[in-house]
Amino acid sequence: MQAQIERSHLTEDEKLEAFLARIDRGEKIEADDWMPYAYRNQLIKLISMHGISEIMGALPEKEWVPKAPTLRRKLAIMAKVQDEMGHGQLLLRVAEDLMAPLGKTREDLMNDLFTGRLKFHNVFHMAAPTWADAGVIGWLVDGAAIITQTMSLDSSYAPYARALHRICAEEKFHAQHGESIVLELAEGTAAQRQMLQEAITRWWPSLLMFFGPPENGTITSNQEQNMRFKIRTQTNEELRQAFLNKYVPRIFHLGFTLPDETIHYDEATDQWVYQQPDWEEFKQIVKGNGPRSAHRLKLRSMSYEETKWVRDAILSFGRQAG
Amino acid sequence: MGDMSRVETVEQAKQNQEYVQALMDLLFQLADDDFILAYRGSEWLGLAPHIEEDVAFSSMSQDMMGHAAMFYEMLEELGVGKADDLAQLREAKAFRNAILVERKNGIGEYNDDPHYDWAYSIVRNYVYGLHKLVRLEALINSSFAPLALVSRKMLTEHRYHLMHWQVWLKQLANSTDTARQKVEAAIAKVWADAGELSDLGPKAESIVRFGLIAGEDLLKQKWLTKTKEVFKGAGLEWPGEPGKPQERGRAGEHTADLVSALETLSEVYRIDPAASW
Repeated sequence: MQAQIERSHLTEDEKLEAFLARIDRGEKIEADDWMPYAYRNQLIKLISMHGISEIMGALPEKEWVPKAPTLRRKLAIMAKVQDEMGHGQLLLRVAEDLMAPLGKTREDLMNDLFTGRLKFHNVFHMAAPTWADAGVIGWLVDGAAIITQTMSLDSSYAPYARALHRICAEEKFHAQHGESIVLELAEGTAAQRQMLQEAITRWWPSLLMFFGPPENGTITSNQEQNMRFKIRTQTNEELRQAFLNKYVPRIFHLGFTLPDETIHYDEATDQWVYQQPDWEEFKQIVKGNGPRSAHRLKLRSMSYEETKWVRDAILSFGRQAG
Repeated sequence: MGDMSRVETVEQAKQNQEYVQALMDLLFQLADDDFILAYRGSEWLGLAPHIEEDVAFSSMSQDMMGHAAMFYEMLEELGVGKADDLAQLREAKAFRNAILVERKNGIGEYNDDPHYDWAYSIVRNYVYGLHKLVRLEALINSSFAPLALVSRKMLTEHRYHLMHWQVWLKQLANSTDTARQKVEAAIAKVWADAGELSDLGPKAESIVRFGLIAGEDLLKQKWLTKTKEVFKGAGLEWPGEPGKPQERGRAGEHTADLVSALETLSEVYRIDPAASW
């Protein structure tokens, strides 16, 4: 099929038609296959945002790595944050292949991050002031990530799907790591339970925001395009409902509360009914005006700048070695 | 007293108080060195020069922290205390690590304005790693069989770490002028402390007499020979006899850097050490 699309006698429209036919047949697209600019563009946006989010996502947990309370936890959280960096690496490589024909590199992505052009997930702009936050991030933020990533396992873009297969396997491990921290606190002293309750309360709005604003019947052109290209298959609200289904009963079961007295499952519509978070605030957060946005960006950009001499040295050594 | 030339179990070791005291002191040196340097490594997380290195460095810090945990567990079996308590509740003066491993990675705190020195980290890890290699090789012949056994296991992992640091040193020393200068400055800084690595502490005499590990001079000579080879291979000038810091870490004398590191690494555990975390 692919060979036919590349035949030069096809017009752009005919190529697009053939491409969409491949998508419809459930074929998977590889990095070297012909693809329309819009497809490439959506993938770059999605995957670079995902990759950078993994890397920025290492920072809130990084705060707790040196402080983890036992030798076992110290080892586990180091391994976990290392995995996140590894996921970032894996995804940036997928994005790099897509960007190569446009002449863009990883360095461009980093610079886009520092200038605010490349956004990262809302959750990683938030403060993580206690050890319980590290647990909640592992349990619920990673839990939310598993839900969105599981949807994308069937993405039409094969390199992304392959990366996600590996990532999802590790994320499940992370969610267990987070759950284990959370359960230990939940079964612990009154002070430990209080620390955990405060973290759940603190993270709740961010967790709802994680999936993006509800569609309320109006799907954005981006979303529509991503669904047409089978880059994604579910809406924000469908993903959020899956999250609520899985985690709200567990939170209640452990005897914790949510900062939303109205939340309930509506049998008639098969939907969770919940108080909307402040979507204006969400916009501000992802724009880089969240409580820890500036701090974490500074940490990343400073370390990047201060180690430039190292990357220069590697390049220079590589050139000499020929 | 019994024959202490080959001690198979903790119970057997406990038959001789002097033997146990010497063994404990050595185990604290081994555990604390790895624990504190792994902690310094963990502070780099998210800040390494590129993402691939971030992943690799973190993996090596975990191995090292894992080695520390094994030594602390051995101390736990000897009845010294819970491994987690030993790692996190002792005061600085009870730590037996060399000063070299406790020095900060650079100016600033790991989460607040860290201006970390990559060249120093490379050189410190490599110089320490070469010494650790010599130490582990010597421990294979330790009179305390459980220690000989774990050391053999650690050696396999450790050799991979050394290859990693070797590549870094060679690259940085033979690339740009800036990198070369930074490496040379880092060597000077590391070398001022490195002489303490082979110090076996106030109990050195009994540690060696009981055959727990080879003597200080032998460890030092083997380590210097290996380091010389490495420096030569990287085209670096030999810095001469290594210096010793003002404080003697092996005797429990430490800098403010260790005190603040201990405060950070035990912050959560100290909220309630009796609780389960």
